[in-house]
Amino acid sequence: MLLLGFLAITALAVIHLRDLFAVVMLFGIYSFLTASLFVTLDAVDVAFTEAVVGAGISTFLMLCTLALTARREKAKPARTLIPLLVVVITGATLVYGTLDMPDFSDPSAPVHTHVTPRYIEATEREIGMPNLVTAVLASYRGYDTLGELTVILTAGIGVLVLLGYRKRGEKR
Amino acid sequence: MPNPIQPNLVLRVAGKMLIPIILMFALYVQFHGETGPGGGFQAGVIFTSAFILYALVFGIGPARAVATDRVLRVLAAFGVLLYIGVGIASLLSGGNFLDYDVLGENAIEGQHLGIFLIELGVGFTVASVMIIIFFAFAERGARP
Repeated sequence: MLLLGFLAITALAVIHLRDLFAVVMLFGIYSFLTASLFVTLDAVDVAFTEAVVGAGISTFLMLCTLALTARREKAKPARTLIPLLVVVITGATLVYGTLDMPDFSDPSAPVHTHVTPRYIEATEREIGMPNLVTAVLASYRGYDTLGELTVILTAGIGVLVLLGYRKRGEKR
Repeated sequence: MPNPIQPNLVLRVAGKMLIPIILMFALYVQFHGETGPGGGFQAGVIFTSAFILYALVFGIGPARAVATDRVLRVLAAFGVLLYIGVGIASLLSGGNFLDYDVLGENAIEGQHLGIFLIELGVGFTVASVMIIIFFAFAERGARP
């Protein structure tokens, strides 16, 4: 609860600040808070990824982008009624959608009754690994992970094409 | 953008001490993902952070001497190919695509070998793509 409060405060600060350097730093803090939240939910693998990618690399990449562009956000004309309305309606719909969700850590929730028991029960026998997350990601869902890896490679190629292109023979 | 911070002795010494530890930690996360949290993805990113630290403290030039364009591109593609290769190897051994059971003496060994290899592929690709992105941004800024 405390962490969620901090998250909300950070998000509000991000909205209000115009200094993008501070905003990037706050995003890093936001990621770290999210990572701590994941740890309290016992999702250490996700927390690890969030801390490393969200707080580490993406903060740094945003700083790089800032170095290439400007540090301060341009002041925008204040026309906030329609966006506010859209956000409130969307948020209300989403909250309404969560009302139907099962209670937190309800053992009879659909997500806990479908394939999860099968994985928990069979991983030790079929794969022999203590870390369930790795077993699911790398073996049971190996095909998905291959897709993710291809996405990363594609992202790298995209950045190379957009930013890293240099003509044959051009000196860096 | 990231000019080498030449005169700063503290940064250079601290960087020299920290970078090997970060690299070791990345390898630990890479090869220990079966038993603890972590795996190829996180390890690749941690590996990249060591590189970025090095480039920030000592300049892009020396970092570029290790990670040339060619090496990075080959490694990025190699990771995905290693992953697909494991899949094809299991196909050839009589299993389904990415079914590691058939790779070893028994199912468990095959699973361990397969997961080890694909995590390695993930690590290679993630690390080299992240370094590619970093260099693309950094060199863009360094040019006038």
